Amino acid sequence: MKTYLLPSIKLTLILIVLTAGIYPLAIAGIGKFTPGKGDGETITYKGRVVGYANIGQKFTKDEYFWGRPSAVDYNAAGSGGSNKGPSNPDYLKQVEGRIDDFMKHNPGVTRSQIPAELVTASGSGLDPDLSPAGAKVQVARVAKVRGLSADAVNKLVDEHTEGPWLGLFGPAKVNVLKLNVALDGLKK
Amino acid sequence: MNTELMGVIFTYLLTLAIAIPLGRYIAKVFKGEKTWLDFLAPLDRFIFRFSGIDTKREMNWKQHLLALLTINSVWLIYAFVCLMAQGHLPLNPDANPGQSADTAFNTAISFLVNCNLQHYSGESGATYFTQHFVFMFLHFVSAATGIAALVVVFRAMKDKVADKLGNFWEYFVKSITRVLLPISFVIAVIFAFNGMTTSYAGKDTFISMQGDTVHVSRGPVAPLVAIKHLGTNGGGWFGANSAHPIENPNYLTNTVELVAQCVIPIALVFALGFYLNKKKFSYVIFGVMTLGMLMLLIPTMNAELQGNPAIAKMGISQPTGAMEGKEVRFGPANSAYWSIMTTIISTGSVNSMHDSAMPVSGTMMMLGMMINCFYGGCGVGFLNFYIFIIVAVFISGLMVGRTPEFLGRKIEAREMKIASLIALLHPFIILVGLAISSYVAVNVAGADWAVKPSAWLNNPGTHGFSEMLYEYTSSAANNGSGFEGLGDGNIFWNYTTGIVMILGRFLPIIGPLAIAGLLANKKYIPESAGTLKSDTSTFGLMIFAVIVIIAALSFFPSLALGPIAEHFSLK
Repeated sequence: MKTYLLPSIKLTLILIVLTAGIYPLAIAGIGKFTPGKGDGETITYKGRVVGYANIGQKFTKDEYFWGRPSAVDYNAAGSGGSNKGPSNPDYLKQVEGRIDDFMKHNPGVTRSQIPAELVTASGSGLDPDLSPAGAKVQVARVAKVRGLSADAVNKLVDEHTEGPWLGLFGPAKVNVLKLNVALDGLKK
Repeated sequence: MNTELMGVIFTYLLTLAIAIPLGRYIAKVFKGEKTWLDFLAPLDRFIFRFSGIDTKREMNWKQHLLALLTINSVWLIYAFVCLMAQGHLPLNPDANPGQSADTAFNTAISFLVNCNLQHYSGESGATYFTQHFVFMFLHFVSAATGIAALVVVFRAMKDKVADKLGNFWEYFVKSITRVLLPISFVIAVIFAFNGMTTSYAGKDTFISMQGDTVHVSRGPVAPLVAIKHLGTNGGGWFGANSAHPIENPNYLTNTVELVAQCVIPIALVFALGFYLNKKKFSYVIFGVMTLGMLMLLIPTMNAELQGNPAIAKMGISQPTGAMEGKEVRFGPANSAYWSIMTTIISTGSVNSMHDSAMPVSGTMMMLGMMINCFYGGCGVGFLNFYIFIIVAVFISGLMVGRTPEFLGRKIEAREMKIASLIALLHPFIILVGLAISSYVAVNVAGADWAVKPSAWLNNPGTHGFSEMLYEYTSSAANNGSGFEGLGDGNIFWNYTTGIVMILGRFLPIIGPLAIAGLLANKKYIPESAGTLKSDTSTFGLMIFAVIVIIAALSFFPSLALGPIAEHFSLK
């Protein structure tokens, strides 16, 4: 073992410099030229940073589109899912509660119109998106509270719907924060 | 066909399209032939000169093992000390404290062995220093250890090599400088331009649209996530791993992460064909592995796309599938594909929470780790497969009544003893761990640990049992994913899984290396009419049968008590 100990220690030292020093510093340097300058892309409204483009935030007021339920309450200092199993009775009760709550705030919506993502927690607890159906089902509520026409709000949702990647791969989605920022910017 | 399924198929085909030329390239690197990255040769020479290594010195299999184990011991001590002391070390903008001794023990081992179990959360349990100088460093070197060990076995399969099996340091360093580091660099740049953070700035604070004050964890994430996948490590920056929107911002990064984690294990199978000039043999192996992958993937996709029947009963529509624990931007189809790839390939990163997956999916994920050689981890996946090849050769030999031979060497009692021990080790450490934890959960329920045994399980009944089964399976397979509801951040889980991880890593490296080394020293018998052909589909089926029998027989009872029982209770 002794024959190998000294080379092992020296090799470890030089590889630490290479893989944990030089490599990430080079990437950090390149990151300065990216849209968020490597710090993460923020969204600004009326001259104030109101959030990160990729990170979901809590919307509970009726005048905003709601995002998905979050196991960490959208506290982005941490992250995580509920880790509830599909057969867990407490979990299923919780989902029932979310459905009731959603229907109370969105009168006229039937259960079959509610897509699953609106009543299930995301994996990260910070999911920034909804499916287009998840946004559309809230249009009537948002339009009514804001005194807007449903058509205008529908149009806004369509404008903020991002199609599949390259138009071919993966699901379509709506970024909830961007949608709500645009909503606040709408003239009545 | 819908865009979600097309995304999955595209991702797999893209993986193959890259893996085949990469396999040819890797074979060239280790044969010492010219490649287009040879301009890096001065870097290699500098590293060797600095470390006082003479790469001309050929080693036998025992010397290879000694070198491998020595340098791994150095890393273990280094990682343990850094993790305990991280609170006092630089690059800690969020002022996170040092890890407790048992957590540091578990964490150091888990990154050393390419497992990355992570009984802490990255946001609060690690610092930028440990993320880079411990975790990312170990991501590189643990993957390179696996590749180097595999190259020794490749070399030993050649004719007339005996004790001249090349130089361990050369294989190891070239795995990093010629394969892992250049590819990671490219991937990290792609990530940086797609919203992954790269700067060393600490937590940020902003006021949300509704007026809440929100803190956002971030950091130099992109370089770590690149090697975390390429090296099949899986230990992520954030608690939510690749479900986190900074660690996996969009479908493009998700595709890159998926391709990156699968590409080296698959490339290594092709590399074997190019290295030994036995392409047909590598196609047979690839075929067996792919068949196994599909048999796990298809039921999982089916279960996830149908959604949770208990939620369907409430009248909610699940147009894309089950959404609990999943992210909208990936969708259930892609999350199902990821969950199978990450478990068969020993990455253990997640883009959805496995604990919330359907019971059928949970069964398939666990089977993937129980078998642990359908593609498998960087280097070690093939080493596990090698054991099954040896067993299959032996059984086939007995069936036709001839002395079993593999690539011109007789397989005798000594090799078979090693192969059997390694094949049985995996179920042994998983099931013994499971038995002890089940006993403790019930009979020592009130023990005064960080998490009391009575509070370990996040779900009642069969699913709770699955959480414990998954944890040991993941540890033994050096996978690192989890049914994360399990309260594993305490002294019991930290020590028991730590021991399981270290046994599950080094014995399956020592075993195949020993067998290959012993075989290399035997007399070469030229092929004759009576030789068992190893590059036929018949032999492929034989290997597949051996794998299924060993995995199914050992694990079926425990799976029946966990996810299978849950499946039948879910209506």
